[in-house]
Amino acid sequence: MRMLIYLLQKEFKQIFRNKALLPMIFAMPIIQLLVMPLAADYEIKNINISVIDHDHSTFSTGLTQKIVASGYFKLVDYGNSYKNSLDLIEKNLSDVILEIPRGFEKNLQKENNQKVFIAVNAINGTKASIGGAYLGRIINDFNADIRSEYLPQPKQNTIPVIKISSSNWFNPFMNYTFFMVPGILVVLVTMVCAYLCSLNIVKEKEIGTIEQINVTPIKKHYFILGKLIPFWVIGMFVFTIGLFVVGRLVYGIIPLGSIALIYAYLSIYLVALLGLGLLISTYSETQQQAMSVAFFFMMIFLLMSGLFTPIESMPEWAKTIAALNPVTYFIEVMRMVVLKGSGIKDIKMHFVYMIGFGLLFNIWAILNYKKTG
Amino acid sequence: MKDVVLSNIHKTYKGRDIPALNDVSFETGEGELFGLIGPDGAGKTSLFRILTTLILPDSGCAKVCGKDVVNDYKEIRKIVGYMPGKFSLYQDLSVEENLNFFATVFNTSLKKNYDLIKDIYIQIEPFKKRRAGQLSGGMKQKLALCCALIHKPKVLFLDEPTTGVDAVSRKEFWGMLKALKEQGISILVSTPYMDEADLCDRIALIQNGKIMSIDTPHSITLNYPDPLYAVQSDQMGKLLHDLRNFREIKSCNAFGDYHHISFVSERKETGNELKDYLLKKDHSNIKLNAVAPGIEDCFIQLMDSE
Repeated sequence: MRMLIYLLQKEFKQIFRNKALLPMIFAMPIIQLLVMPLAADYEIKNINISVIDHDHSTFSTGLTQKIVASGYFKLVDYGNSYKNSLDLIEKNLSDVILEIPRGFEKNLQKENNQKVFIAVNAINGTKASIGGAYLGRIINDFNADIRSEYLPQPKQNTIPVIKISSSNWFNPFMNYTFFMVPGILVVLVTMVCAYLCSLNIVKEKEIGTIEQINVTPIKKHYFILGKLIPFWVIGMFVFTIGLFVVGRLVYGIIPLGSIALIYAYLSIYLVALLGLGLLISTYSETQQQAMSVAFFFMMIFLLMSGLFTPIESMPEWAKTIAALNPVTYFIEVMRMVVLKGSGIKDIKMHFVYMIGFGLLFNIWAILNYKKTG
Repeated sequence: MKDVVLSNIHKTYKGRDIPALNDVSFETGEGELFGLIGPDGAGKTSLFRILTTLILPDSGCAKVCGKDVVNDYKEIRKIVGYMPGKFSLYQDLSVEENLNFFATVFNTSLKKNYDLIKDIYIQIEPFKKRRAGQLSGGMKQKLALCCALIHKPKVLFLDEPTTGVDAVSRKEFWGMLKALKEQGISILVSTPYMDEADLCDRIALIQNGKIMSIDTPHSITLNYPDPLYAVQSDQMGKLLHDLRNFREIKSCNAFGDYHHISFVSERKETGNELKDYLLKKDHSNIKLNAVAPGIEDCFIQLMDSE
C-alpha cells in the first residue's frame, strides 16, 4: 500500500511537470466543448435559393416572399432563366431552384391546379433533403392560404382534415446543444483518458524505465494501479469541468436525473476505458504506435457511437459495431439521465454492459502485460 | 559461494535464426569484479537480462546468490542492482527524487545506505535539484550507479557502463568499481573496450553468443599461442597489405601506430626475410619489435580460430 502511494506521488509529479500535457488536460475540454456543439448543429439555415419566376403575378411574388420570410432561405437570385440558375448551382452559390411557370396565378384560379418545379443540389445530402422538405412545406402552406382566400368557406367543414400539433418531449425547444453537449463531453473524457493512459505506459517502455522498475521488487499490479489511478482521477476532473463549468454555466444544461448516478456510471466507464488504454500499451513498443492504434479506435468509437448519427438508422452490421462500442453506452446514459431524468432502473443494462467491458479490457490487458513483461 | 552461476544457457529470440546465447556457462566468485568482454551484438545484454530476471532463457540454468532466475525471481530482484546500457531513469524527476523513488521502491531510504553511495553521490549532490534529463553524460552515469546501489545489493550488474563516456570519466568510473568491490559487492560488468579488461579480476571473452575464454586477464594473454611482433613503416596502409601477402604471415592486424603480426613458423631468419621483403616493396623506416600480446590480440586470435 505504501508502495502504491509512492508510485502515485511519482506519477502526479511527472504529469504536473509535463508542460504540454497539463494545458491539454485543463484547456482542451473547455475549448472543445465551447466550439464543437456550436458547429455540430443539424438545424439547416441559410439555404440559398434562386427563384425563376416566369409569371410575375401577385401569387408568384407572394410565394417568393413567403419563402424568404420563413428565415430558412436566402434569396440569391430572382430571374427568369433556368440556365442562369443552374449555373449558380454549379458554382455552389445556390442550393435550390424553384421554377414558377408562366400562367401560375391564372391556372390556379381557373383550373384549380398548377405545378411548380423544384431542383435541389444534392451534393450535401442533409442540406438537400431538409431544404427540399422545408420548401415543400412552405408551398403547401401557401396553397392552404390561397384556398381559404378563394374558396368560399363552407359553414360546416365537410372535408375531414387531420390537424397535427406536436410537442417536443425532454427538449421542448429542440435545443440542439442539449443533445450534443452531453455526448461530446463523453467523447472528450474518452479521448483524454485513453490517449494519456496508453501513451504514459508506452513512454516508460520507450525510455527503458520499465526495465529498471521490473528489476525492483515492485509488484506488477501496484505498477498498473499506479498508472491507472492518476488517469481515472484526471478523467473525473475533466468530466466535472465539462459538466459544471461549461455545461451548466455556458449552455445552461442542468441534468434532470441524478448526478450521483452519472458519476457512478462514469467511474465504471473510466475503469473500462483505462483498461483499453492499458491493452493498447501492451501491444505497442513506441508512443507513435500507441498513438496510431488509439487513434484508429477513437475514430470508430466516435463515428459509431450514435453521437452524430442515430444508431437506429445504421445497417445491421454497423449496429453490431455500435453495440460493441463502450462509448455508445455512455452517450446513451448521458442523454437519458441528463435530458430524460432516467433512473437506475432504466440504465440497469448499461451498467451490466459497462462492467463487462471493464472486466474484458482489464483482464485481457493484464494477461498480455504479464506475457510480455 | 559462487555469486553468479550460469550453466548451458541458450537463448534465441523469437523470429531469429541465430541464437543470442549459445551454451553459455561460467561462474563468478564472491566479491569478484568480473568482466564480460565482447563486441556489440555478442550477447552481453541478453546475458544481463537473463540474470536480472527480465527475460527467460530457452534452456539451461542460471543462479544469482544461489537463487534460480526462473523460480526465485522475486528474491533475486531484492538483492541485485542493475544499471542498463541505456540511461533509464526518470528524466523528468530530479536527481534527488530519482534516488528517493528507487530507495522507497526497495523499502529503504537514502539515509540508511548513504555510506555506500557517499563517494559517488557527493559528486552529483550539487545538482540534486536538477532534472535527471538535464545532466551531462558522466553525471547521468553516476546517478544511475547510485540508483542501482541504493538498496545495498549483493550483486551489481553493469551493462556497458562506460560506453559513450569520455576517457577521464571512464577511469574515474573504474576507480569507483574498485571501491565498491572492497565493500564486498560482487560486480558483473560488460564492456566492448578491450583496454578495460585488465581492470577486472577475471574476464570472459564473448563473441556471437559463445564464451571463447574465461580466465584472469593475465592468464589469457599468457595463453597467446605465438610470439607477437609489432611492425611500423612510413606507409602504414600499404604495409598492412604487403604484410598480408608475405608467405610466412599467420596473422596481421592493425593496432593503432603498429601492425601486430605473428609468423607461421618459429625460424629465426623470418624477421630478416620480412625486412628484406618490405624494403623491396619500397618501405622505409621499418621497425620490427617483439611485443607482449594484449587482450585484444587474444580476442582476435580466438575469433579467427573459431
